[in-house]
Amino acid sequence: MTDARIDLLARRLRDRVGAAHVLTDPAQLRTYACDGLATVRVQPAVAVLAADRDAVVTTVRLCAEAGVPFVARGSGTGLSGGAVPVADGVLIVLSRLRRILAVEPDDARVEVEPGVVNLWVTREAAPHGQAYAPDPSSQQVCSIGGNVAENAGGAHCLKYGFTVNHVTGAEVVLPDGEVVHLGGTAPEHPGLDLLGAFVGSEGTLGVATRVTLRTVPAPETVRTLLLGYRTVEAAAGTVSDVIAAGIVPAAVEMMDALAIEAAEAAVRCGYPEGAAAVLVVELDGPAAEVAEQFAQVLRLAEARGAFETRVARDTAERDLIWKGRKSAFAAVGRISPAYYVQDGVIPRTRLPEILTEIGRLADGAGIRVANVFHAGDGNLHPLILFDDAVPGAEQAAEDLGFAILDLCVDAGGSITGEHGVGVEKKAKMARQFTADDLDTMHRLRCAFDPAGLANPGKLFPTPRLCGERPGVRTADDPGRDPALGEVF
Amino acid sequence: MAGPPHSAPGTHAWPGAAQARPVSAAETADLLRGTRGTVLPVGAGTKTGWAAPPASCDLVLHTGGLARVTEYLPGDLVVVAEAGVPLGSLRQLLAEHGQMLALDPPEAGATLGGIVSANASGPRRLRYGTVRDLLIGVTVVLADGTVARAGGKVVKNVAGYDLGKLYTGAHGALGVVVSTTWRLHPLPPARATVTLPVDDSEHAGRCAARLARSTLTPTAAELRWDGAGAGGELAVLFESTAASVRAQARDAVTLLGGGSTGEEPPRWFGRRPEGETVLRLAYAPSALPRVLDALDALPGGPARGTASACTGVAYAAVPPGTDLAALRAALAPYDGSAVVLGGPLTGAGSAPARTAAEHWGPTGDSFPLMTRVKDRFDPERRLSPGRLLGGL
Repeated sequence: MTDARIDLLARRLRDRVGAAHVLTDPAQLRTYACDGLATVRVQPAVAVLAADRDAVVTTVRLCAEAGVPFVARGSGTGLSGGAVPVADGVLIVLSRLRRILAVEPDDARVEVEPGVVNLWVTREAAPHGQAYAPDPSSQQVCSIGGNVAENAGGAHCLKYGFTVNHVTGAEVVLPDGEVVHLGGTAPEHPGLDLLGAFVGSEGTLGVATRVTLRTVPAPETVRTLLLGYRTVEAAAGTVSDVIAAGIVPAAVEMMDALAIEAAEAAVRCGYPEGAAAVLVVELDGPAAEVAEQFAQVLRLAEARGAFETRVARDTAERDLIWKGRKSAFAAVGRISPAYYVQDGVIPRTRLPEILTEIGRLADGAGIRVANVFHAGDGNLHPLILFDDAVPGAEQAAEDLGFAILDLCVDAGGSITGEHGVGVEKKAKMARQFTADDLDTMHRLRCAFDPAGLANPGKLFPTPRLCGERPGVRTADDPGRDPALGEVF
Repeated sequence: MAGPPHSAPGTHAWPGAAQARPVSAAETADLLRGTRGTVLPVGAGTKTGWAAPPASCDLVLHTGGLARVTEYLPGDLVVVAEAGVPLGSLRQLLAEHGQMLALDPPEAGATLGGIVSANASGPRRLRYGTVRDLLIGVTVVLADGTVARAGGKVVKNVAGYDLGKLYTGAHGALGVVVSTTWRLHPLPPARATVTLPVDDSEHAGRCAARLARSTLTPTAAELRWDGAGAGGELAVLFESTAASVRAQARDAVTLLGGGSTGEEPPRWFGRRPEGETVLRLAYAPSALPRVLDALDALPGGPARGTASACTGVAYAAVPPGTDLAALRAALAPYDGSAVVLGGPLTGAGSAPARTAAEHWGPTGDSFPLMTRVKDRFDPERRLSPGRLLGGL
């Protein structure tokens, strides 16, 4: 791609969305070179700090006319590099689109712009006795647009489901600049469920400019329990026992000894000393149901030899229990110069054996791994510790992370439960899916974005073009501008 | 019209069409690769009238031979079952382990593939959602014989596009669903039902709003609507521990200002209304009273029906000759739609079959995109041609 083409596009963008909103100065662009996956940095040619929806539509249209790729970015907290820019492309920053457009408690709907922060939705809904259920750990900063792109989860999705289960409508700018309305306020609409396919498409199918979210009634009762165990197996066994008893907790989180040590050092959450594992179990719902099931969980935990059972007596104690868990990622910074977090999923029943295997791999590589996971749904977050001052250590950490993902796939699981594929794990897609599976997904991509301009180089293991004829894929084009397809 | 021997009369009979009953994904793929004509996939044929009649049909592809439950992991609350497995038999298997697939469409004999393809749901959608919330993996055979999976066997999984959402409600027009993977729930140990008479649409709306805004967790709240002046009945179902359903039923009676409590829901609960033209209505949940008013105001006389009260979905049997376009216009302010359920696949005698526009209503601004999706998945338009919105 020529600089002249980018210069011309930048000029048009300044004319149409306002010079103050268009950045081309490399010093200013540096801020936007990476998201939460800080190891991958690509500076975009242009960043547009969109002031409103129209600016987004205009920017996408101008990019489409110029044939220049674009990447949408919310708060930049994603951990798979889904918002990493394209070097010869435009980064569309959506953080200024932060209006709450409608709060409709009688419909259990809140309509927002994509830059609205996840937690704000619950803040808006709370006075009406409602909440927005998806609660990624970054919920104080991550944006709804990013949540939609990544189909964000969180600790409570065990009971309440993921972002896709809580989005009923979206206004989307397609990669050619066309604006479409998918879904709406009603729970279903005639025709294909394009909204369902759009959520979790990692910015490769277009940019959401408005999102209608479903809120849920805040539960009558919430009870939170911290359990300490001498062995990881006993903790995992309790999780299985709880599920087998027909209980669906709001959340079941697990941390191993190293993760506990880190959390304790960082936030003094008061987790039991000497525990090989802790579980955070939360039940919510009608008081009678919660009381009965809570007693049952306590009995099951004691039967598995939990040596400490701490019940949160008030909100402050509940917050402290959660603080240890929610700050776990950042906390490992206290025990290691650097870390790399992975996001694999396994069938929950295989937890003990997979943890043993992770330990074996880690020992073999001479690397420490702190394990934090959403145990209820088998979503592992191994935190792989390394010293970035040591040459090769980062690569070794990444290699270990990928070996863990192989374990997950072989166990019948997934390479990502909530962080997305992004740039980080696109190569692993071919481990989880066949070429035919990926070709079929690519058909959807081609229907939305035949020119391949929306967030190229993400999600798919190899860059590819859409065939001229619908349904026919041409071979990968080696002559294609590498910047369009690859960012690393 | 003489239907093929193993097709239920009037459901998926198509004059002159060949019939096939593959027993595996590979055989399904061979079939599609080995023919060039148009294909109509059917399961038990209980909902073939839920989409517009096909523009043509050279081959009826029966999925009933895909009848294996291939994997059941009770500890993981996940089951993998082929498309031709009837929900009823799966339900029995799961119940032996105290579990359930939380979908309760009433069509007897319906298969998993048909339930996915028609996006069928029942009363418990209030608590558990619909196919899109419970289907975690899917295998389809595309028109060119490609066998493709999406999703997986774990509930939490964001790897790749979630094509299961796309095939849900697609009536086989993007590919033939051959296998489905589901998230399961524990069977609740106890139930209680609160029923109360509902005087008018405002009363119905008030009850629904109070329930929706409360901390009660009913699994279903179904309204039977008998039409203008006749009012109806509300049945609120609680399924949880024994102590909880007792307490919640008591609280519901207080909240709703009356009602009697029993264990089982009334006989009409969960059944579709019967009539020549049955519609599925969807709308913003708070619009329930306005939707009931619109049904009452139909020129041919009031409609009867049921509503899943807090969800924004209702089913109505409307009088013959109802002007569907006018009804749809009346629902439009509430993001409403009205889709025809039922009706023959082909015209009878001199009467033409209903058009896609009559069946589904108007298209929106995403229709060109839907067309592009159809063209990428089925470029020759061989699968269920003409069945979808806009005649896709």
